[in-house]
Amino acid sequence: MSLAVTERNAPFLLTGPALLVFLGLVIVPLGMTVLLSFYDWGQYKGIVPEFTLKNWIEVFTDSYFFEIFMRTFRIAILVTLAAIVIGVPEAYILNRMSPAWRSAFLLVIIGPLLVSVVARTLGWALLLGSTGLVNQGLISLGVIATPLEFMFTETGVVIALIHVLIPFMILAVWASLQRLDPQIENAALSLGAGRVTIWRRVILPQIVPGILSGSIIVFALAASAFASPAIIGGRRLKVASTLAYDEFLNTLNWPLGAAVATLLLVALVLITVGSNRLIERRYAQVFE
Amino acid sequence: MRRNGPLALIFHGLFVVFMLAPLLIVCVVAFTPEGYLSLPTRGPSLRWFRAILDYPEFIRAFRDSLWLAALSSTIAIGLAVPAALAIARYRFPGREAITALFMSPLMVPHVVLGIAFLRFFTQIGISGSFVGLVLSHVIVVIPFALRLVLAASYGIDRRIEHAAVSLGAGTATVFRRVTLPLILPGVVSGWLLAAINSFDEVTMTVFIASPATVTLPVRMFLYIQDNIDPLIAAVSACLIAMTAILLFALDRLFGLDRLFVGSGKG
Repeated sequence: MSLAVTERNAPFLLTGPALLVFLGLVIVPLGMTVLLSFYDWGQYKGIVPEFTLKNWIEVFTDSYFFEIFMRTFRIAILVTLAAIVIGVPEAYILNRMSPAWRSAFLLVIIGPLLVSVVARTLGWALLLGSTGLVNQGLISLGVIATPLEFMFTETGVVIALIHVLIPFMILAVWASLQRLDPQIENAALSLGAGRVTIWRRVILPQIVPGILSGSIIVFALAASAFASPAIIGGRRLKVASTLAYDEFLNTLNWPLGAAVATLLLVALVLITVGSNRLIERRYAQVFE
Repeated sequence: MRRNGPLALIFHGLFVVFMLAPLLIVCVVAFTPEGYLSLPTRGPSLRWFRAILDYPEFIRAFRDSLWLAALSSTIAIGLAVPAALAIARYRFPGREAITALFMSPLMVPHVVLGIAFLRFFTQIGISGSFVGLVLSHVIVVIPFALRLVLAASYGIDRRIEHAAVSLGAGTATVFRRVTLPLILPGVVSGWLLAAINSFDEVTMTVFIASPATVTLPVRMFLYIQDNIDPLIAAVSACLIAMTAILLFALDRLFGLDRLFVGSGKG
């Protein structure tokens, strides 16, 4: 090698290639997208590189966009809450299983993560349709008389997204459960604490960081999910990502689509970085 | 540690049904002998699996997806290995920022990345090309490659390398004969996780794929947007079956918990 590798320049030589790729393929394209959101656009004139705030004014003042962003974050919050309510007990149950059973069920929980989200959402479309298995089952059980509407509703999107994202919550909570010392639970038990008390006072406080970091992942992925809302929600029930898709590939109003995408990115970065900071400050001792 | 009570096991059972139901229904419907979506009540039929052969676009998309996954994860590993070694061994200015930058594709919504690449590739004139697909996939899979290689690199005892150097081995030899074998498990699992994520990626790819270069998930997504029929169920069933086989192989080879716990997105 003609270049002398020294302790001083080694880190830069080693990270250099990846750094160049990221500068060229992440920083520059993202910067161009932000720039694009300030460009003008017309039905016949196309994209005009003249600085204008009209896309941003439209995004912030038109109630159509407000409604879509509200729906996006409402769905993300519901999915996150459901993931906590279902995922935390499931992780706890999983953690108490014998190693053999646990690794078998881990396959069941992690497995779907590896299956294309399109195939998984197709499954929900089949289950949730008006003649789908869920409605047929509920009708034959006498729970309902007429089929429930799941397709093209927020409920349907939320159900599909819980299925897609709950493995992330379970993995995050399980990771923090593994760091738990089972002797602490036994100590509480020997001191006369009931099961509910042990849960509330001993286990829960120790796994809260895991729950919170799982929540951030689930929330961010739910708010930016695309395929599931597009398939279950259809063309009319739009969320931020499907809106951006429509502006780019159907309406062809790229500057407006770029404004929607930039807003989604900025909102998510603020929310995730902000909550990460809060968690780290609050639970500094847990993160060593 | 105490055992799970009956209530816990019922909850667990329901949860397992919830996780598997959508995958199972796809596989069952794929075997229908009817021309419409239905359960195969008249006995299973392979009619719709045969029908896939009449749609070469699915087969072509599958082949393109495999190439794309192999190429992009190989390039990603090529970039991730030196970067991981640098991050694991040296304290240098900007180390944290660089790590955060390399992990950032996990944080940026894939819709935004798709839009950014569409704009960028259109400007530089490679929109809709296979090269564009590979470049964009390299970016989204680098975090998976980097994380696993990084985990492997932290565990290395550097005295082994120093011993090799003191015995007269050059930089390249030390890397090839000492360092690489030590981090190989991380490299292989990182490559696999990167390849799987590239193969499954749909949100970003839907923006940059063109009719000439379309991946299997994007082809399926566009098909479902038009109509849902037993054919797409059969395609999905094939995908699910392949993933299941891969999953068992991975579990045997690496142990799934090692591959995923603490290495999920985010």
